[in-house]
Amino acid sequence: MTDSSPLRGTPLTRGQMTRRGLGRLALGAALIAAVLTVVEGVLGPLAFLAGLVLVCTGAGRLLWAWRRSKVDLLSWLALAWVVGLGVVALLAPWLPLPEGRNATVALSEPIYLEPLKFSDHPLGTNGAGLDMLSRAVFGARASLIISLTAIVIGVVVGGLIGVVAGYVRKGTDRGIGIVTNAFLAVPPLILLVALAAILDPTMRNIALALSVLTIPSMVRVARANAIAFAQREFVLAARAIGASRARVMLRELVPNVALPLMSMAMVSISALIVAESSLSFLGLGIPQPEPTWGNMISEAQSGTTMYDHPFIVIVPGVFLFLTVFSFNLLGEEAQRRWDPRSVKL
Amino acid sequence: MTAASLLEVTDLRTTFHTPRGDVTAVDGVSLTLRAGETLGVVGESGSGKSVLGRSLMGLIGQGPTTTISGRVTLAGHDVHALPARERRRLWGPTVAMVFQDPMTSLNPVKKIGTHLVEALRLHLRLDRKAARERSVDLLRQVGIPEPARRLDQYPHELSGGMRQRVVIAMALACDPKLLIADEPTTALDVTVQKQILDLLARLARERQMAIILVSHDLGAVAGRTDRVAVMYAGRVVETSRTLEVFTRPIHPYSEALLASIPRLDAAPHTRLRTIEGRPPDLVSPPPGCRFAPRCTRAEDVCRTEAPRLRGPRPAAPRHTAACHLPPAATAHEED
Repeated sequence: MTDSSPLRGTPLTRGQMTRRGLGRLALGAALIAAVLTVVEGVLGPLAFLAGLVLVCTGAGRLLWAWRRSKVDLLSWLALAWVVGLGVVALLAPWLPLPEGRNATVALSEPIYLEPLKFSDHPLGTNGAGLDMLSRAVFGARASLIISLTAIVIGVVVGGLIGVVAGYVRKGTDRGIGIVTNAFLAVPPLILLVALAAILDPTMRNIALALSVLTIPSMVRVARANAIAFAQREFVLAARAIGASRARVMLRELVPNVALPLMSMAMVSISALIVAESSLSFLGLGIPQPEPTWGNMISEAQSGTTMYDHPFIVIVPGVFLFLTVFSFNLLGEEAQRRWDPRSVKL
Repeated sequence: MTAASLLEVTDLRTTFHTPRGDVTAVDGVSLTLRAGETLGVVGESGSGKSVLGRSLMGLIGQGPTTTISGRVTLAGHDVHALPARERRRLWGPTVAMVFQDPMTSLNPVKKIGTHLVEALRLHLRLDRKAARERSVDLLRQVGIPEPARRLDQYPHELSGGMRQRVVIAMALACDPKLLIADEPTTALDVTVQKQILDLLARLARERQMAIILVSHDLGAVAGRTDRVAVMYAGRVVETSRTLEVFTRPIHPYSEALLASIPRLDAAPHTRLRTIEGRPPDLVSPPPGCRFAPRCTRAEDVCRTEAPRLRGPRPAAPRHTAACHLPPAATAHEED
């Protein structure tokens, strides 16, 4: 049986695909195993990455051979990471994790324990003997709660303001336009630093500050879409059966504007996670004993820690990288599916 | 003007202020409609039919870019003098509209049921269950098979004809006394067009509902409406009982429109007759009769003086046309 394979143009049978997929999978797995047990030094991370790529593509081929259709493995992995991280972060207080926050409890633990050495601390410990995995998970909790709250506030508030601006037009639109443009003109980090200076660094306040960043762009997306949909006949039809302005906006426009807003939100989440980490890194976010990815990275700033124990940066860095990468991928996927241009009537 | 008249329009003028200049899309239209009466408004693209329909409802209102003068009295209310909230109360129970394109007049993210139920709950204050039952009933009345199942479908799952039936059902939801159908069949297949038009005619009969059927298709109006108004460049140029316009048109424009309908009994390869030229630019309409530049009968008076609607045939006093040179004055008179 010959189907066109993911390899350009070459017809491969199902068996051949399976064999090649298995080959890559095995090679990749072997590489990763080698990194974890034997290989040391600079080559380690590189070989690890190569192994990951091989495992990924191998698994992709196997799936293709079995399901007889291409699978977007990367998107599924991204989704798995985001969902997995979300569940773990949500359940963090009830998981049997070693101490990650209270340094006095961790007094007897070894400090700067290397990660991936099959110890009690799978991702090692930091300078105070606190468990890195536990800290990363609690950091994820802070990051996700803050950025999700900010994005929800941004979508709801920004979306509503945008729909009002786009439907009512006239002076309201002009006024809202001036304010959003003013906000968009201020460099985001400077705005954040300024807000951090006047607000207490609690989760709620940081989420509010970050939502201020998202609202203007949400207003713009919502307004543009509302204008487009307001000219469609179904809005006229709704008015012609006596629907009030508020009703037209809530029942006719909002459901249509929601989709593009959602895809915008997915992309914005990653920017917010990075922004939150930047704030923590600068010491303006959640203060120290409470872990966030940003302040975990900043722990490596003191003295030569970064050279002596690079994993202090790498562990939270990898979490941050994978999360942002996943949200971006999912955002792209969401945009592809929900883009208003591809919506058919 | 009798007390029974549902709609009374006097000298309605709708002007849009555009960067190119003022466009008077509806220019001095007067008409009356009794309860249960059906009126066809016919004219080519840009003759002001749709704007007339929307001005009648008050969907187009006074605003910075629009001026409306004249009077529209609908069921005793002066539509354009009402505050917006009061006017909205008329939409639905008193007057409703069916739009041209059923592809765009349904919200793609809302189920068919939601469209109907919302209208019912808004005006009739029905509870959810009663509204649903009535929705099923409405869908059955407009001839949709398996109405209960359709309620949970989205607009894209229905064909164009079915969607237009849903739009009609929405308009009927609150038992309007007047239904304005703005080219309800333009976006549909010819066979479906006939079904929809017959449906509208049947509903008008059954519910004693007045209908204004706006169309560019004379054939759509023939035999389905009591009266016809022919519009040209924002003005009504001829109005009468439907049969009279079709059998004895007075205005040369109506004549030309009738002549340009393709006929089954014409010899093969006969050239279809068309009207030479294009409708005038409404920013600067010609003085005098607006059809004069395209009219074969035009004389000097037509180019300088605007004709008024009058009834040149004593046998049919309600058959009026705006023409200086009606057939009676020329050699065509047959009575």
